[in-house]
Amino acid sequence: MSLVAGWDQALSEIVLLSLQVTLSAVFVSCLIGLPLGAMVGAFRFPGRRPAILIMNVLMGLPPVVVGLMVYLMLSASGPMGVLGLLYTPTAMIIAQTVLVTPIVAALSRQVVEDLHQEYSEQFTSMGVGPLQRIMALLWDARFSLLTVVLAGFGRAVAEVGAVMIVGGNINHVTRVMTTAIALETSKGDLELALALGLVLLLIALLVNLVVMTVRGTAARASYA
Amino acid sequence: MLLHRLLPIVLAAMMLAPLPATAREFILMQSTTSTQNSGLFDHLLPIFSQKTGIDVRVVAVGTGQAIRNAQNGDGDILFVHSRPSEEKFVADGYGLSRQDVMYNDFVIVGPADDPAGIAGLTDVTAALSEIATARAIFASRGDDSGTHKAELRLWSAAETDPFIGLGSWYRETGSGMGATLNIAVGMGAYALTDRATWIAFGNKRDHRIVVEGDPRLFNQYGIIVVNPEKHSAVKADLAQQFVDWVVSEDGQQAIAAYKVEGQQLFFPNAQ
Repeated sequence: MSLVAGWDQALSEIVLLSLQVTLSAVFVSCLIGLPLGAMVGAFRFPGRRPAILIMNVLMGLPPVVVGLMVYLMLSASGPMGVLGLLYTPTAMIIAQTVLVTPIVAALSRQVVEDLHQEYSEQFTSMGVGPLQRIMALLWDARFSLLTVVLAGFGRAVAEVGAVMIVGGNINHVTRVMTTAIALETSKGDLELALALGLVLLLIALLVNLVVMTVRGTAARASYA
Repeated sequence: MLLHRLLPIVLAAMMLAPLPATAREFILMQSTTSTQNSGLFDHLLPIFSQKTGIDVRVVAVGTGQAIRNAQNGDGDILFVHSRPSEEKFVADGYGLSRQDVMYNDFVIVGPADDPAGIAGLTDVTAALSEIATARAIFASRGDDSGTHKAELRLWSAAETDPFIGLGSWYRETGSGMGATLNIAVGMGAYALTDRATWIAFGNKRDHRIVVEGDPRLFNQYGIIVVNPEKHSAVKADLAQQFVDWVVSEDGQQAIAAYKVEGQQLFFPNAQ
């Protein structure tokens, strides 16, 4: 445990990169997933049920498969190889975005759909346009959607399969908490691996606390 | 309208995406877990970087995967330990030329109670035959790595087919060296490992080296610059600088100087 007490530069570098990659991926996932989920939740269109099914199935994408797909895309002999993104933090953000977007979309679809049933008559009587509907639904569901975002964060911060393949676990470049844990386990340094796992849990706890505080403050402000 | 509002957010997200930390030149090396897990690279690479200003980024995977990644052009250098595969890599035009760098040896590790009674044997094929006869648990990498290929060559030299015991006493972990050693220790199994990984391994419990010293356990590491004619992004010039250094007297001495618990892990033997 003294290993964690001796918080050094190498560890903070790894922690920071973990947060940077995961938060970026969750951010991009929300940009795509929230509007997508809201649209599928609020509107009726042909092919809606298959769309819901696909989103729900994609929530179970295995990280290793996502890593492999992104590797094949970004590899020097893949279609996007010229960009030179393989083994960079950007590649890790892309892979985690692919993992997290279905979670954000599928869960927010359910949240928005429930709220929409409450609102739809009002929307119709007031003649609210589609874009405004989506905005209003997302805004009014914002506290429930925070939990959706946290679910996405949890998935991204904990996965190792995808970032290991597309990041390569390169020291000082693409080593994050989960790949460091895998590395220490393979060195047989189980104590350090476990200690790093505790640090990762602590980070998740901190992020959740921040979100809870923000939600609490905002909720009080909006009801005041 | 929406796009205009979203654009700053998207840009902010792009900023969040970390830029390369420095403008320093770097090369990408596809290598094997034994060189990384033993700590050799943490010792060796900073010396080279300080001398030349070139950073070396290491992707440490099994030899089989390292070779496939390098064939895809996802690396400038290949530094692995399976001579037949390396020579095929060069013969197929993926690499420029192969050079010996260093060697160590494989050992068989096993539990203290030694159920197959092979402790102290120096004939590795006899030891493997004993394991098969005793149906003692053997943990195989099963992952097409350099160590796995060496293990399969040894079984066939012992004229023993371990696959008849597949699922009972012969167990394929499909994992890296460290993970396989963790499993072997947990199951009380024998395993073939390179000596460097074993010495640096932190979870030995009461496992120990039972067979060593057979010349057939020799483990040669070779280095190859990836052919830039196959993949134009390969930094062959920078990669060649690293190869030239690692086979030079300077680089060879740096390899010999690396010790864990007073034991030298790799023995330089560049021509």
